[in-house]
Amino acid sequence: MAEKKLMYGNHAIVEGVIAAGCRFFAGYPITPQNEIPESMSVRMVDEGGVFIQTESEIAAINMLFGAAAAGKRAMTSSSSPGISLMQEGISYIAGADIPVLVVNIVRGGPGLGNIAPAQSDYYQSTRGGGHGDYFTITLAPNSAQDLYEFPKLAFELAEKYRNPALILADGLLGQMMEAVEFSFEPIDPKSLPEKEWALCGCKGRERRVVRSYDLKQGRLEELNLRRAEKYTTIRKDEQRFKDEYCDDADLVVIAYGTSSRIASAAVRMARQKGLKVGLLRPITLWPFPTDVLADMSKRIENFLVVEMSCGQMIDDVKLATECRSNIHFHGRPGGGVPIPSEILEKIEAVLGGAR
Amino acid sequence: MKKIFSRPEGLTDTLMRYCPGCGHGIVHRIVGELLIELDIRERTVGIAPVGCSVFADEYFNCDMIQPPHGRGPAVSAGIKRARPECIVFSYQGDGDLASIGTAEIIHAAARNENITVVFINNAIFGMTGGQMAPTTLPGMKSTTSQKGRDVRKQGYPMKVCEMLASLDGPYYLERCAVDTVKNVIKTKKALKMAFQNQLDDKGFCLIEVLSMCPTGWGQTPVQAKKWIGEVMSAYYPLGVYRDRSKEAK
Repeated sequence: MAEKKLMYGNHAIVEGVIAAGCRFFAGYPITPQNEIPESMSVRMVDEGGVFIQTESEIAAINMLFGAAAAGKRAMTSSSSPGISLMQEGISYIAGADIPVLVVNIVRGGPGLGNIAPAQSDYYQSTRGGGHGDYFTITLAPNSAQDLYEFPKLAFELAEKYRNPALILADGLLGQMMEAVEFSFEPIDPKSLPEKEWALCGCKGRERRVVRSYDLKQGRLEELNLRRAEKYTTIRKDEQRFKDEYCDDADLVVIAYGTSSRIASAAVRMARQKGLKVGLLRPITLWPFPTDVLADMSKRIENFLVVEMSCGQMIDDVKLATECRSNIHFHGRPGGGVPIPSEILEKIEAVLGGAR
Repeated sequence: MKKIFSRPEGLTDTLMRYCPGCGHGIVHRIVGELLIELDIRERTVGIAPVGCSVFADEYFNCDMIQPPHGRGPAVSAGIKRARPECIVFSYQGDGDLASIGTAEIIHAAARNENITVVFINNAIFGMTGGQMAPTTLPGMKSTTSQKGRDVRKQGYPMKVCEMLASLDGPYYLERCAVDTVKNVIKTKKALKMAFQNQLDDKGFCLIEVLSMCPTGWGQTPVQAKKWIGEVMSAYYPLGVYRDRSKEAK
């Protein structure tokens, strides 16, 4: 068995990023993700990589743009207000088809909000976030183990599709200590193939240009349509989810990240009471696992969406189920975290009402 | 017949879209010549700004990237740190560098990033149609200061070399101009040193170039050259503002 270690979620990300062969980090301090740059400042340097504490999140995302355009795996981490500042850069990076990894340890918003865990950046993460027609691949971990493993997956998806990838976690996952198994062989950055689009000097080849603009009439439309085809492929091939007890369920709870951990406890409590309740946990938020939901909606009458927000993912559930089922909601915004018993109460209310 | 003048291989064989009398073409040619003279074209990555010279990504015959407005120094730092073997230059106008990108240029200088910055100061926003820039002179007319820049309401111009010279970080800072043949030669010498310093791993070098914008200034090309010599360089004195190679001695 691989080595196991008790660690903070934020530290698990750092080890996962390094094991994924990434040697470039640029970022700016913001709570509740400060353990990431703090740990990076030691670990990246130990591994011969680059660590830069930037003057702003704007500079950080643009340093990623440069490093990734130069063909290197590059990542930054921040929390909600900082991610808002990065949206300009993410839009340019998406428009230039460059893979990067951005980790968002979400906190309560809007504005400065608070530093408690939240899931209120769902819209921002799954609707592009900045200006223009684009999407970012968005992964939602729910354990320290995921935080270790998802950076590798995020880089692989980002590079496969030449698109920015996001890991959407929250302050609770980042600050929680759990056992992490170093489940894969760390990647040697030197073993990663050179990108055929990377900027590294034009010796022995045509010069390359990385840009997001095209002023010639009609050409940007063509480019965007081609990118839309890429998004169609991602939507078709990359939906990821986990389900528990869904086969015979009368009601399925839908939750991601921290909410899914709590909802899982609530579902098991409901099962102990003899209620036929299941859990669907989206792992990719974009692309959203619409296919499994569309399928479930043909036989399941009630869904309960649980989010640490006023309700954002619920829109995708309604779209996926095409309003065939009853969609119920339990939300705790502004840094509120649900407890299993309150979800169970909601489950009982829905099923009681349904009877 | 012997060919005595041609386009340097450091520039692509493309028609430039700059206005008659614009200074960008001169500075582009200088950089294009230096890419060949220093034998760095095949290991260089250039950064094109947002503004008139956004098209620099088509003109320089090397790998190029076009980042968001003002963020060139951050993108440069990312490339240079990721690939220290590359030569990285950030080509920026005064709207890009002295307005929206002030944070990025100041901190790149403070960190002494080993990059070369070519800063074109023409005291105006050219691309968007002649609006006031942070470098627009007091009393100077623009489309957003139509009665002349009123310093009581619109503040004073930014003097970038002087501002960056207050930091310990930068290695070399010089202000040049391309209004006369003599000044063009001086600009080339300064830019050559700025690239050579990067090759020698010395750190942050910025060359500010006072450059003509006849269209934005409402002048003829000849008047514009004269205006740099008589008015603009009086407000922005030419010269070396930082040279750490001298300080070390």
